[in-house]
Amino acid sequence: MLELKNVSYEVSDENDNKEILKDISFTIDERFVAITGPNGGGKSTLAKLVAGIIKPTSGRIYLDGKDITDLSITDRAKSGISFAFQQPVRFKGITVKDLIRFAVGHDISTTEACAYLSEVGLCAKDYINRELNASLSGGEAKRIEIAMTMARGTSLSIFDEPEAGIDLWSFQSLIKVFEHLHEKAGGSIIIISHQERILNIADKVIVLANGQIKDMGTRDAVLPGLLMDGPACEKLTEKM
Amino acid sequence: MDKITKELLEQVAGLHEIPVGAYNIRKDGELYGRNVSANINIVTKTDKPGIDIIVKDNTVNESVHIPVIIAQSGLKEAVYNDFFIGENCDVTIIAGCGIHNGGKDASEHSGIHTFDVGKNSKVKYVEKHYGQGEGTGERIMNPQTNILLREGSYMEMDTVQIEGIDSTKRETRAKLMDDARLVIKEKIMTHDKQHAETDFSVDLDGVNSSADLVSRSVAKNESTQFFRSEINGNAECHGHSECDAIIMDSASVTALPALTANNVEASLIHEAAIGKIAGEQLIKLMTLGLSEEEAEKEIVAGFLK
Repeated sequence: MLELKNVSYEVSDENDNKEILKDISFTIDERFVAITGPNGGGKSTLAKLVAGIIKPTSGRIYLDGKDITDLSITDRAKSGISFAFQQPVRFKGITVKDLIRFAVGHDISTTEACAYLSEVGLCAKDYINRELNASLSGGEAKRIEIAMTMARGTSLSIFDEPEAGIDLWSFQSLIKVFEHLHEKAGGSIIIISHQERILNIADKVIVLANGQIKDMGTRDAVLPGLLMDGPACEKLTEKM
Repeated sequence: MDKITKELLEQVAGLHEIPVGAYNIRKDGELYGRNVSANINIVTKTDKPGIDIIVKDNTVNESVHIPVIIAQSGLKEAVYNDFFIGENCDVTIIAGCGIHNGGKDASEHSGIHTFDVGKNSKVKYVEKHYGQGEGTGERIMNPQTNILLREGSYMEMDTVQIEGIDSTKRETRAKLMDDARLVIKEKIMTHDKQHAETDFSVDLDGVNSSADLVSRSVAKNESTQFFRSEINGNAECHGHSECDAIIMDSASVTALPALTANNVEASLIHEAAIGKIAGEQLIKLMTLGLSEEEAEKEIVAGFLK
């Protein structure tokens, strides 16, 4: 269970302080929780705060009742938090096998790697010795990022826009990954997404806008209001 | 074989025992062991220290090991090894030098290697430099490699120096004839007050000749590195050089690439990048449960793999 109590995050530049997140409080113990809202609303910042990459200006964060606000990234990872980045990080010389090995915490066989890579539609034989460098396409890197989170199988997993750049692979498969991860690890899966199809599987939806929680509740309660919100102009609707 | 010799041989040549095939092991300035094969002959030079390694035409799938071990503190030597590779060969040459310095005097090895690679031959040349020892004496290595690649020949040179060498200046000169190709992969790590210099100079004289020079290095603590590469395109040819360095602590790295095209059909590229470990790489590995130190170690190990 993840709990945020009055969490705020400010950045300051020369002139003033800018509040990216304002007084965020919520509890997550549902299976799938979607965080959505406009770009720049603070979604990725929230994910980074939970993973420990940035520290809140004020407020506390609890995982399974334990205060993790002052824990490092490493200690949070060890306490059971996984974070699939929106933009997968590229390395030089580090292979897919190395990364899965770090994720599971021990040496792995090709068969074991296959269990994770096949979930994201990649053949272990073709990918296990590939370097996670610029030669991989955005979609491939993204799927490997998801497979690593799958391999960790922690009680809390956060996916930041997992659907972005997933090229030929389908949404249906992505949703299966979340289901399998939940079967394996239990706990909660937080998915930051704009995609209606992903929002449709959420047990809970949190809408973040301008750094604040604009709406929060079950899918049935939140989605209708979200879709009615701010109608796109006709031209755009036609093209969509 | 004593423990130090065994350790050094394992480090520089991957040898656990006396190798199969042709070999020449030099220890503390003297011949320690030699074996020749039907196709590969090794002859001691008479005018200066060193050996001639003569590989007959059409020799395929054979290897030559020529490791050098220095365990005597204060030994300084320059050794000339000349390789004559015939035509249509496919051979692997494993050189390398290990210094164990247990004393206070500097030990120094300068290996001057000359390759004459015959038409349509393929050579893989592996060179590893390694130093150890509790002594305060410096461990110095200054390898020089001069390569002539004749028509249609290919050479891949893998050179590694990742530990224990206080000072090194590595010079590599190559001249390529028609359809010849040279690939150099260099990996260097320096730490403490070590200094490493690399100096590549390649003349692409032949039509359709090509060279690919790739250097990856890590400079830690107060160590310094200097990388210079020069490619001269004198015909229709392809040349590429790349210097990629990770800098840490108070280290210093200089990359000085030079490309000269003397022919309108010469196509030459250089890439150089020097920088610290990217913060996002550390963060990614930390979100997988590695500590910052472990993440740094893995990133460096991967980079130099």
